Amino acid sequence: MPRYFTEEHEWIDVDGEVATVGITDFAQGQLGDIVFVEVPDTGAELSQGGDAAVVESVKAASDVYAPVDGVVTEGNAALEEDPALVNSDPEGEGWFFRMTLSDKSQLDGLMNAQAYKDFCDDL
Amino acid sequence: MSETEDLIEEVATETLPLDAWHRAKGGRMVEFAGYWMPIQYEGIMAEHLWVRENAGLFDVSHMGQLLISGDGAAAALETLVPGDISALKPGRMRYSLLLAEDGGILDDLMITNEGDQFGIVVNGAVKWEDIGHLRENLPDHITLNHNEDYGLLALQGPKAVDALSRLVPEAAGLVFMQATRATWQGHAIGLSRSGYTGEDGFEISLPNAALEAFADALCAMDEVKPIGLGARDSLRLEAGLPLYGHDLDETIDPVEGDLGFAISKRRREEGGFPGAARILGHLGQGSARKRVGLLIDGKMPVREGAKLFDGNTEIGVVTSGGFAPSVGAPIAMGYVPTGLSEPGTPVAAEVRGKRVACTVTAMPFVPHRYVRKQGG
Repeated sequence: MPRYFTEEHEWIDVDGEVATVGITDFAQGQLGDIVFVEVPDTGAELSQGGDAAVVESVKAASDVYAPVDGVVTEGNAALEEDPALVNSDPEGEGWFFRMTLSDKSQLDGLMNAQAYKDFCDDL
Repeated sequence: MSETEDLIEEVATETLPLDAWHRAKGGRMVEFAGYWMPIQYEGIMAEHLWVRENAGLFDVSHMGQLLISGDGAAAALETLVPGDISALKPGRMRYSLLLAEDGGILDDLMITNEGDQFGIVVNGAVKWEDIGHLRENLPDHITLNHNEDYGLLALQGPKAVDALSRLVPEAAGLVFMQATRATWQGHAIGLSRSGYTGEDGFEISLPNAALEAFADALCAMDEVKPIGLGARDSLRLEAGLPLYGHDLDETIDPVEGDLGFAISKRRREEGGFPGAARILGHLGQGSARKRVGLLIDGKMPVREGAKLFDGNTEIGVVTSGGFAPSVGAPIAMGYVPTGLSEPGTPVAAEVRGKRVACTVTAMPFVPHRYVRKQGG
C-alpha cells in the first residue's frame, strides 16, 4: 500500500479507491501533547490543500489540509475519546479520516517516504 | 498542517544570558517578548504536572528589573499605581498596576520595598514602554535604573523551598510576598517568595555571570527540572492569574480586570492615582464588564479571541484559554457583562463557527498553595 507525504506534514495511504489520512510523526513531535482533534464529517467534500481537520495541542490549534481532492468516508472516532493516539501512534491508530480520491494524478505531486525524510532533514 | 495561533510575536529577537543553556537542555526556542525563549523542553503537559508536584525552574530574565530610589519615592510611585506603597514595609512586596491617565492598565508589576530602594519587576513585552512612562512621569530627583546586569529565575512548586534552601538557606525563612537579599558563592542576589503559577515558590534575581552555575546547581537536584513558557502559561491560567497583553491591556481598568484587591483601602479613600474617577466609580457602582473564569463543556479548547454569546447576543470575548493539564479539561478567561459574571451563569463561546457551552466560574481553577505563615 503506497504511502505519500505532503509538505504540510500529512501522510496518505492509498488502498484502491480509498485513502487514509493522518499527520506524520515529525508533525506530532513538533505539536507536542495533542488534547483535541476535530475530524471532518462523513460526506464532506475536500479539495487539495483546503482545510480538512483541526488538531489542537496544549498551546495551539493547527489546521490539517486535504492532501488530495475527494469525499470523506469516515472520521476516526477513537480520536474523540483519546486524542493522544496522535502522539503515541501518529502513522497508525492515530489516523484522522478516510476519503475517496477524485483525481489520482494528484498523488504524483506528493512525496514518497524518502523524499519526505529528506524534506524534514532540511527544515 | 500549519500553526494558526502561537505565542510568537513579531519583534527583533535578542538572546538571554541562558540561551545556550536552554538549547543544551533541549529547549525548543521561540520568539517571545523580543527574546529567544524556551517554549518547552520535554513537553508542556509533563512540565506543567511536574511543577504542581515537584519544583520547576523558569528563566524569566526577559522581564524588566527596575530600581527606583530617592526621597519620596513611595509617594512618587503612588501617583502612577493604585497600591499603598507608603505602607509597604521593608522586605515586603506587592502586586500593582501601572495606570494610564484614563485608568487603563499599562502593565501589571511587582513592587518590593528593598529598604533603600524599590525594586519593580515588569513584563518583558512592555518593559521599554514602562521605562519610558516612568521616566516621563517620575520627578527628576527620583532615580530610575534598569538593572540589565541581573537575570531573573523562578523556582516554583511544592518542593521549591527544599531545593532552594540547600543553596540559599534564607529561602526557608520567607513567607509569600516577602523578599530579602542574600549571597550565593559570593554573588549578591535578591530573593523573594513569589511567582506566577499559584504554587509556593521563589523568584531569584542574580548577576548574569552567575545564572548558569545557579541553574545547574538547582537542576542537579532530583526534584528540579527546567520548565518552558508553555507550561508557565498553562500554570498561570489555572491559577486564574491574568497575562498582560492578553487578559489585561490599556483599555481595561483594574475593576474590569477583577483586580480591585490591588487598590488598597487608603487609596480608595484618598484617590490620587491615574484614572481615579473612573476606577473609584467602578468600585462603587460596578463596571459594565468584568474578567471571569470559564469552564468549557466537552474537550475542545476555547482560545484567545473566541467570541462569547448569551443566546444570540455577542457579549464578550475570551482573552486566554486552552487545555488545563491539572484540571484535565479546557478552561478559559474572558470578559462578560457584569450582570452575567456570577459563577454558574451559562454562556457560549464560538469556535470555528460552532457554539461551545461554557459556565462562568470563580477562579482560581486550581487552588493556590502559597505559604503565608512560617510553619503553616
